[in-house]
Amino acid sequence: MNGNALFPAMVSWRAPRTIAVVVTLALLALLPVIAANFGSDYYVGFGTRVLIYALAAIGLNFILGFGGMVSLGHAMYVMLGAYAVAIPATHGIASGWTHLVIAIAATTTLSLAVGAVALRTSGIAFIMITLAFAQMLYFGAVGLKDYGGDDGLTIAERSVATLYDLSNPATLYYVTLVTVLLALYLSWRAVLSPFGLVLRATKANARRATALGHPVFRYQLTAYVISAVVCAVAGVLLANLTKFASPSYGAWTLSGELIVIVILGGLGTIFGPVIGAIILLALEELLPSLVEMALPDYKANWMLLLGLFIFLVALLLKRGVFGSLPARSRSAPVRGEPVEP
Amino acid sequence: MTAQLALSQLLNGLQLGVLLFLLAAGLTLVFGIMSFVNLAHGSLYMLGAYFGAAIFARTDSFLLGLGAAVAGAGLVGLLLDRFALTKLYERDHLDQVLATFGLILFFNELIRIIWGPSSVFMQVPDALSSTVEIAGFSYPSYRLAIIVAGVAVALGLYLLIQKTRVGMLIRAGATNANMVAALGVNIKWLNTLVFALGAALAGLAGVMAGPIVSVQPGMGEPVLILTLVVIIIGGLGSIRGAFYAALIVGVVDTLGRAFMPTIMRTLFERSTADAAGPALASMLIYLFMAVVLALKPQGLFPSGAGATR
Amino acid sequence: MSALLTQSLVKRFGGVLATDHVSLSVEPGEIHAIIGPNGAGKSTLIGQLAGEIASDDGKVLLFDEDVTAVPTHQRAQRGLARTYQVTQLAKEFTALDNVLLAVNARERHNFRFWRNAHDNATAMAKAASALATVGLGAMHHATVGTMAHGEQRQLEIAMALATEPKLLLLDEPLAGMSQGESGAIVALLQSLRGRYPMLLVEHDMEAVFALADRVSVLVYGRIIATDTPDGVRNNPEVRSAYLGESLGDDL
Repeated sequence: MNGNALFPAMVSWRAPRTIAVVVTLALLALLPVIAANFGSDYYVGFGTRVLIYALAAIGLNFILGFGGMVSLGHAMYVMLGAYAVAIPATHGIASGWTHLVIAIAATTTLSLAVGAVALRTSGIAFIMITLAFAQMLYFGAVGLKDYGGDDGLTIAERSVATLYDLSNPATLYYVTLVTVLLALYLSWRAVLSPFGLVLRATKANARRATALGHPVFRYQLTAYVISAVVCAVAGVLLANLTKFASPSYGAWTLSGELIVIVILGGLGTIFGPVIGAIILLALEELLPSLVEMALPDYKANWMLLLGLFIFLVALLLKRGVFGSLPARSRSAPVRGEPVEP
Repeated sequence: MTAQLALSQLLNGLQLGVLLFLLAAGLTLVFGIMSFVNLAHGSLYMLGAYFGAAIFARTDSFLLGLGAAVAGAGLVGLLLDRFALTKLYERDHLDQVLATFGLILFFNELIRIIWGPSSVFMQVPDALSSTVEIAGFSYPSYRLAIIVAGVAVALGLYLLIQKTRVGMLIRAGATNANMVAALGVNIKWLNTLVFALGAALAGLAGVMAGPIVSVQPGMGEPVLILTLVVIIIGGLGSIRGAFYAALIVGVVDTLGRAFMPTIMRTLFERSTADAAGPALASMLIYLFMAVVLALKPQGLFPSGAGATR
Repeated sequence: MSALLTQSLVKRFGGVLATDHVSLSVEPGEIHAIIGPNGAGKSTLIGQLAGEIASDDGKVLLFDEDVTAVPTHQRAQRGLARTYQVTQLAKEFTALDNVLLAVNARERHNFRFWRNAHDNATAMAKAASALATVGLGAMHHATVGTMAHGEQRQLEIAMALATEPKLLLLDEPLAGMSQGESGAIVALLQSLRGRYPMLLVEHDMEAVFALADRVSVLVYGRIIATDTPDGVRNNPEVRSAYLGESLGDDL
């Protein structure tokens, strides 16, 4: 009943959701090949960016979709991850593993501190506090005059990894894709695990979970740290992609975009963030061109439509694009435990 | 670091605090009574600045500009509430965050379309363009006027909230919105009133800030976040908390930025001080917030709002 | 040693004394019911006993241990289980997952991230057993949102039982139930009699007199009488407190 050694739960292979997952993953796997056919590196870079955003959104979704914690400041961990690459790089430390270790260590420490304070509140207060802390870190980065400050910090070379060469766009793309796959798999397992059960209960009814004897704070803090680390890894990859680290990576607008991605894809689904990232970033690519075609004078103002789009998504899209797909095929029983991510 | 410099920075801090209060008062009511996360509050501040600047430039009358800002922002708030936001009041905070985030992008871009992407210059009104002698040094009259005006508005708000029937309803709504609705009060109109009032106050803050800050698209967000810090420190739903917290935040932030580099230099060697000083100065107010939260998660003057939610 | 003992418990809200120096006990094996007119302060008292409401004065002792300052989740760890008057369930979860959550609360920790929570055979068996005890054996996979009110109330009790408690605090378990549904719950509580000491807050007088070994009457936050059911029924002060209320007829 509960899957096998590989899958933590039964997979309904004919369900629309499964099909969507398989098709999307297949396309993502083939992207560099397809792009090479058209002789363009641009879409490989774009694809890497989409996957990086997806990764950060997977991290955020862990606490947002499954834990009910609305963090409006998660971009700060992305920024932290990026600087974990950039700052050591300025000092000549180029090893990818070192960058990763620094990113994880710094993020764990910071998120423990921030989470410990912020999680003593809930609701609106929690949202605002996470935003405030992100702003604090943003100003901290701006104030780092020795490391670029407001202008950001350029990285000469991508992280050096012993097994592969990240300066090759396709390699970086596949490294990112594998990371995303790993994150998807691990979050799937985690959500269905005993930890995940308590975490989801804190979203469904924290009061009851506490009354049953669960120390809810501990679970929330753990989940918060985990989600922060995932965002930091995304930041490490982002720094490698752009060869740049900037306070803007921690701007509240990025935190907002991550929330849009999570909701667009489908809150509380495992694969939703990937779909959401694809849709949002594609939209941000296409809108300027569309506006240019219709109203050339207003080409620079395409974000007006984006803002409107986001507003309407919030108002109308209850379950997200991926979340609206049925989780089981039509022939499966109606009353059954949710098995599909 | 002379006493006069300190005093002048203190006054600057009070001036910032007063502007923050105008923003915080409206926002904390919206948070407390309607349990509505409005990230677009900064946009209302921005609209006030632009409306004020535009009318001031057209008519040469700062007072008309003031009126336009307050009325304009209030009107936009009213329209938003009536036509865009009513459905969102029932929804969970996440949806509200997302929707108002979209509104921020929308309004920033709208401003860019109408007034262009570069900042708009708004001059200090002639009547207040001189300086005033205080304790042996000169302080800009305009900034002093802001402090005076802000305190006057605070007083007016106090009278409104404490001494009028409408104010009583607002206070009741802040502690138990369901009860107020159950008592037959038209909660929809109360919500609209609160929202529009908050918007008008934000607009007032915007137009008053106009001559001394950069009037440009996106000017609302940094101020919004500082306002959120004020509300967190003061306590959600508490106007009294917002007042004290705003002044504290304004003073701490201003004095911190002014004197942190100097303090750093006395404590550390110059290179470290110069590297870390400015960063620490801008982070100071958030660290302060963290300390307050660690000790009193409900804020310094919790209103009891949410106790029955 | 009493299972539960309160010493002069006090709670003030502003100027109102919601809990007025309440001293009561629940002895091992007994069912102690609390009745009282609406607004008597029963919910506040339960909240203080469970730890969700901080007391202003007085003590709460659980099996002779002072838990007055102990937070809710730790009181649960020490054996205090409570059901809610207004159902507090994880609405998106299935009945099984709700009970499994309760079972898992007894584990030292749930920081296991790899295996599916449903793969723990022991835990699943305990959950199934708790569901069977309350009569929900057929509803494992029903989502709470789709369950009838009576079934949800049964689930409330199943969750409390699944934590292997040493004491049950039942806050109006029959709230909102039809005659037939009530009968089932009363029968269930009868079957549990003796196994768990229970503090039962109820409005339903038939149930109270069928189940309770002792009854305490709470009026305006103060206990005005503690006696056997018959003793309370004949107590003049109690009768006058209920005068004018339809419950007076039931007495």
